[in-house]
Amino acid sequence: MEAFEPTIIAFVCNWCTYTAADLAGTARMVQSPRLRLVRMMCTGMVDPKYVIKALLSGADGVLISGCHPGDCHYINGNYKARRRVKLLNEILTGFGFDERRLKLTWVGASEGNEFAATVNRMVEDIRALGPSEAAAVQAL
Amino acid sequence: MANRIGVYVCHCGTNIAGKVDVAEVARFARGLRGVAVARDYKFMCSDPGQEMIIRDIRELGLNRVVVASCSPRLHEKTFQNACLRAGLNPFLFQMTCIREHCSWVTADGLEATDKAKHIVAAAVARVNYHEALYSRVEKVHPDVLVVGAGIAGMQVALDISRAGHNVHLVERGPSIGGHMAQFDKTFPTLDCAACISTPKMVAVSQEPRINLMTYAEVVDIKGFVGNYTATVRVKPRYVDMRRCTGCGLCMEKCPTKVPSEFEAGMGERRAIYRNSPQSVPNKPVIDAAHCRQLGGKKCGVCAKLCPSGAIDFEQKEQLVSMDVGTIVLATGFDVFDPTPLGQYGFGRYDNVLTGLQFERLNNAVGPTDGKIQMKNGEKPGSVGIIHCVGSRDTNHHPYCSRVCCMYALKYDHLIKDKLGHDTQVYNFYIDMRCFGKGYEEFYRRVQEEGVHFIRGRPAEVTDEDGHLVITCEDTLLGRIVRVPVDMVILCTAMTPRADAAEVARTFGISQGLDRFFLEEHPKLGPVSTATDGIFLAGTCQGPKDIPDAVAHASGAACQALSLAARGEVTISPTISHIDPDICSGCKSCIDLCAYSAIEFDERRRVAVVNEAMCKGCGSCAGHCPSGAAQIRHFSERSIFTELSGMLAGLPHPPAATVAMAHPIPAAETHGQTAQGA
Repeated sequence: MEAFEPTIIAFVCNWCTYTAADLAGTARMVQSPRLRLVRMMCTGMVDPKYVIKALLSGADGVLISGCHPGDCHYINGNYKARRRVKLLNEILTGFGFDERRLKLTWVGASEGNEFAATVNRMVEDIRALGPSEAAAVQAL
Repeated sequence: MANRIGVYVCHCGTNIAGKVDVAEVARFARGLRGVAVARDYKFMCSDPGQEMIIRDIRELGLNRVVVASCSPRLHEKTFQNACLRAGLNPFLFQMTCIREHCSWVTADGLEATDKAKHIVAAAVARVNYHEALYSRVEKVHPDVLVVGAGIAGMQVALDISRAGHNVHLVERGPSIGGHMAQFDKTFPTLDCAACISTPKMVAVSQEPRINLMTYAEVVDIKGFVGNYTATVRVKPRYVDMRRCTGCGLCMEKCPTKVPSEFEAGMGERRAIYRNSPQSVPNKPVIDAAHCRQLGGKKCGVCAKLCPSGAIDFEQKEQLVSMDVGTIVLATGFDVFDPTPLGQYGFGRYDNVLTGLQFERLNNAVGPTDGKIQMKNGEKPGSVGIIHCVGSRDTNHHPYCSRVCCMYALKYDHLIKDKLGHDTQVYNFYIDMRCFGKGYEEFYRRVQEEGVHFIRGRPAEVTDEDGHLVITCEDTLLGRIVRVPVDMVILCTAMTPRADAAEVARTFGISQGLDRFFLEEHPKLGPVSTATDGIFLAGTCQGPKDIPDAVAHASGAACQALSLAARGEVTISPTISHIDPDICSGCKSCIDLCAYSAIEFDERRRVAVVNEAMCKGCGSCAGHCPSGAAQIRHFSERSIFTELSGMLAGLPHPPAATVAMAHPIPAAETHGQTAQGA
């Protein structure tokens, strides 16, 4: 059997983490191709449904990443994301997912190196967790 | 009507095509649902690239366009405009990034191609659900707020006011001029700093279109591009500006003496003071922290002496609010405090100075009337100048401060000039960086004046029998040198202002890793920020010398002015919409909205978005339990389909089978790879 390569969906905010991803790209910081970005305007617009949808559609992990606390382009959207992630963690466990499949990080616009490190760390972590429980969840 | 989608995959020269098999991605795209044409081309953003898209929209009747190229932060507008020129609503377009997030960062070509396919599939899936949106046009208030009145802020204010716009210039200190007002000479021309900056200061104070507010700080910003409301706190000066004539009698008799900030601690000032006799405005201010009277003790000497009755101990701080269209930040820099570098003895040895202290020592109106002397009043026989103190140092600031090499050369020259050729001057440098116009020539000139250059970062400065000794490895000779000197000047780093984080939050902008304010784009947007209508000028964005700060400031003035002069700005229509048929009237979005942009319609029992106030952050949409609140262009349907495209063909097929998951129609005729279109 082939080695497991996870697929990760990242919901990132346009102002901080997406910009950091651009910066990491411009600086040619090699990252695992297993993480794919969905550009949002703010982490505060990430509906918990999106996370569940991603996990049920085959993603092995979901990253939500936005501006550092206090630095939100929209005043406090990232705090709302933080609250939702907290609740989502509980819901995911109820669904049968390992709650570590969802991760929330803050990566500021100038932190290209931090973005690349976050991607690689996330891929490592999810690889260690193994394939998503989605098949089992859907069979229920 | 079924959608007819055009997909355009950019090679970006070899930036994308060097890693991603772009022809294969285009071939794959042709098999996606709704795709009428998919092409790859060398440079999509070029004229022929854009023409190709426009021609296809017209000739093939495309009603959706996807461009897979660089980051949308770079060229989304470019392609949206191309769509617009072809008569297609710019929001029926999706740009997706296969360069910064794919080709540039993926080690393996096959994997990069695989990822690019997923990215394109997601964009194609999503664009199906795009709606035509129409930007809103808002008026831009013609006035401009400039924060900070150093050389950069003054330049901005003058440029803008001379174009006929009103400027509110807010300065935190009691007088304007910034750091430049503290300098004596400027490199490399040795212009006297006062001779070139004081006329600007006076021009600022006399320009009727500039509302100069000194001893004031911006405490709050509300609104959006073109329509900001600023709240400025004017600190009590305890001197009535209208009555005061600036005679200076009060300052002579004030009994309290404290170290002067303007003199960088080299001299003293009274509790009622002005920075220098050339200050603009040339009227004193009472430092409440040190004034005896304000501290509750018996004094009031200044009030008794003042011939015009201008002293007013009852003054209170005022909050002034003003409407402006655009804002320019020119808040400047702080000088690195070298105390943590204990090995250089700053604060311990009398004759170890910072660069700024030496500027004051050398300044004709400074504490020594421009005489370069040691603490004991004698002329130094030798001076050591240590470069890169706090800069180019991973323990403090990794960046180069860009000015220190040049001001060190200026000191070299001035010391030789003032104290005579027999005074020995030693520079301890890592690299000499003399990159500006006339800088290398100045370096050569100073070398010819007999100044010593020792390549190495000194280990320590010690006091040996009343002499300072600099110990350093001369990295060119490969041995340790010990140089006895009478005076040491530390070329300290330019650092972000201590309260830069607070200011960034007030104005809603970001800081870079170095904590200076972050520009929109390091190359193509050096004066704008991620927040529309807020611009940066001078050293608040990063270390700069005077010519660069002035150029940067004029750039910022021009950008602010272009908005102010046009008088209107288009506001993105990607804002929230609450479907009244779905809204259950739970009101939970109302409290979530950070902009108070949602109101409750009591008659219909539904929440309604105020479009003028909504910024499209999506807090409401992310929360709405019934899915009634949706951000236009980021609707639930768009995101769901984007996810399905992103995850199609999963779990985890090798690259080849991904393409197989979307069979390619054999009879696709107009989907040929464009050849040099």
